[in-house]
Amino acid sequence: MKLTLHVWRQKSRDDKGRLEIIEANNVSTHMSFLEMLDVVNEDLIAKGIDPIHFDHDCREGICGMCSMVINGVAHGHQKGTTVCQLHMRYFNDGDHIFIEPWRAKAFPILKDLVVDRSALDRIMRAGGFISVRTGGAPDGNAIPIPKDDAEKSMDAAACIGCGACVAACPNASAMLFVAAKVSQFAYLPQGRVEREKRVSAMVAQMDAEGFGSCTNHYECEAVCPKEIPASMIAKMNREYCRALKKETCGESAKSWAGA
Amino acid sequence: MNNTAVARARSFPLVLVTSSIAKKFVMALTGFVAFGYVVGHMIGNLQIFIGQNQINAYAKALHSMGPLLWLVRGFLIVCIVLHIWLGAQLRIENWVARPDGYARKKSLKTGLPARTMIWTGALIFAFVIYHILQFTVRSTDPRFEELFDTLGRHDVYSMVILGFQNIWISGFYIVAVGLLCFHLSHGIWSMFQSLGWNNKRSERWLQGFAWIFASVMFLGYISIPIAVLGGFLKLPGGVAL
Repeated sequence: MKLTLHVWRQKSRDDKGRLEIIEANNVSTHMSFLEMLDVVNEDLIAKGIDPIHFDHDCREGICGMCSMVINGVAHGHQKGTTVCQLHMRYFNDGDHIFIEPWRAKAFPILKDLVVDRSALDRIMRAGGFISVRTGGAPDGNAIPIPKDDAEKSMDAAACIGCGACVAACPNASAMLFVAAKVSQFAYLPQGRVEREKRVSAMVAQMDAEGFGSCTNHYECEAVCPKEIPASMIAKMNREYCRALKKETCGESAKSWAGA
Repeated sequence: MNNTAVARARSFPLVLVTSSIAKKFVMALTGFVAFGYVVGHMIGNLQIFIGQNQINAYAKALHSMGPLLWLVRGFLIVCIVLHIWLGAQLRIENWVARPDGYARKKSLKTGLPARTMIWTGALIFAFVIYHILQFTVRSTDPRFEELFDTLGRHDVYSMVILGFQNIWISGFYIVAVGLLCFHLSHGIWSMFQSLGWNNKRSERWLQGFAWIFASVMFLGYISIPIAVLGGFLKLPGGVAL
């Protein structure tokens, strides 16, 4: 099939950038979206034109590298998938496809569809870990964890840090990402030791990076390839409330913010 | 975990206007106060259907609270100022966070109320100013000051009817209350989410509850101008037009 691509081309960080029309011929319905771009790029290289730059790595939907807004939807319209798992069979011959990079002040565009997402790494560095050596994998059930908590923690840990939540949010807020990274620890006994410090540091870093804040549009959960629910943000808010209380009233304060 | 971001001084009152999530807490709490007022105000207003004596007595009782009335008013004003100030600040920050928009952007879940909170908020504020000038300060209509019932109380009943007999004032009021309830249809459930009182199961209930509550309030509020325009609420004998 033949497609007309409207691709964001931007030479460098300082370039203004513009949408360019690129015709994609000989697109097979079996291709993934990234394979389609590979074929288009082969064509462009043969013609001596700079190929379309885009991020990609595992191409099996788990690394969180691929990042493009396709026809106005981060990762494309297929629910719960990354761009690499979006297949061309979901498009029709003659379609016009708009391909744009993640757009947020905290994600500067480096080239074409490649953005700098190290702001998310800096948020992780601020507190997205536990600061003791955990050694090898412990024996099963050595630390008893209620099944419900284990499940919720795993749901949060599914986040691959792709940044689609930021791209989709009308406010370019990273709160779904931070909520997932805070919650994956907050539900587990190993993570609870530093819970207040963690949420406090990660939220402060998130604010410092220039992300917006949540106004409950729920666009993030609609595009999240790992289908992390926006109610996870309520969990982060609970954690933050707890941290605020502890910072204000000291260690001895009784917790009222809930577990 | 001792990085610079944590080390930044975050003393209690200041954090409420500097941290994004703390600001959301303040938005939710002040919004809750305003919401509580709006519910109470509607219940107060609906007493007009019981009759002239009831609503005038209610108004008299409120005004006889003296300093307590001003304490409540002061608290409300502080909450509203904080709500507007932080709401505007968050809105500007969120615009700044996305300097360049998309050529194509599809909304998948969000609705019009969520996307227009700042505008409905601004219009509600403009309406509140007019509403206070009309019925509290009573500076928009010279007749309002001279209305007294047979017991010598200020005749709120006749004042409301006289005010709403003007179709433009009624129309403006209905539109403004509509915007208020539109604002609340997003705000009522959002405050639970912002304060962390939400999970996957409660979400649908909270959103449904918000819509129903906002709709009921809309109907409650507009029933008064509609009853006046429809001739159901009439001026008592002895009040000259």
